[in-house]
Amino acid sequence: MKFGVVRFPGSNCDDDCYHVAKNVLGIETDYLWHKDTKPLSEYSCIIIPGGFSYGDYLRPGAIAKFSPIISSIKEFADKGGLIIGICNGFQILLESGLLEGVLIRNKNLNFICKDVYIKVENKNTPFSKTEKNILKIPIAHKEGCFYCDESLLNKLKSNNQIVFRYCDENGDITEKVNPNGSLYSIAGICNEKGNVLGMMPHPERCSEKILGNEDGRQIFQSIIDYLS
Amino acid sequence: MKVKVYVSLKKGVLDPQGKAVLSTLHSLKYNEFKDVRVGKFFEIEIADNIKDKNLIEQKVKEISEKVLSNPIIESYTYEIVED
Repeated sequence: MKFGVVRFPGSNCDDDCYHVAKNVLGIETDYLWHKDTKPLSEYSCIIIPGGFSYGDYLRPGAIAKFSPIISSIKEFADKGGLIIGICNGFQILLESGLLEGVLIRNKNLNFICKDVYIKVENKNTPFSKTEKNILKIPIAHKEGCFYCDESLLNKLKSNNQIVFRYCDENGDITEKVNPNGSLYSIAGICNEKGNVLGMMPHPERCSEKILGNEDGRQIFQSIIDYLS
Repeated sequence: MKVKVYVSLKKGVLDPQGKAVLSTLHSLKYNEFKDVRVGKFFEIEIADNIKDKNLIEQKVKEISEKVLSNPIIESYTYEIVED
């Protein structure tokens, strides 16, 4: 089992993802430069980390989608490889068409950095076979308001592609605890096949006891259990 | 020649930025205005050796859909202008 963490100019959660995969979970992990063109067949899971690829110029993820590695990632996804995009990684997956929908400016226009609760809506993906149904995970973003038209929302619902939704600590989903105005309180979705996941919260920031929260680790553990 | 591309949010897409601008206008007593939508404006210079307007139009449409806008939420208009 081998993980790859993609680095774009402006990625800033790459070290955290690498650290969690390699040192916390003990998985062999490589950094992958966005200009790499080699096939990704030696990897079991690709992590697209958070940050501000290309300074978020134009739109978050809009320039990163033209990086050479994106074609290899698309090929990897077609063959069923696991891909998790976190925060800016989620934005990149949407811009490059690996996931459907869009992330727009938070409803209150603020950059929001705080712990939120998310409910695991679909436990049958490689990423979400978690012990807990409600996870406390921090968010840190300005463009995290998920938006799509009604027909796509219906499709996401009927295919169980909505994996995580913002909720309170008891799992209740209300507008009050929807931090960024996301449609249907969506915090994370997967593709139809279920092998590509995008999520705004940062599981790599809460995967160690010393940080006071290990809920994020359950997502990485789910990936490992699936691959084992 | 230059091309001016205007990218704007499609109808129905939430524009919190526009709302914030509108509320600032209202707080300054500019009550003549009832809605603001914020978009993007690109001024793009065309290479000197390219004179074929049809080709330019075709390329402008391509970049507007592929790069400058996200067609899920944004639409665009453009005009080609002589210097």
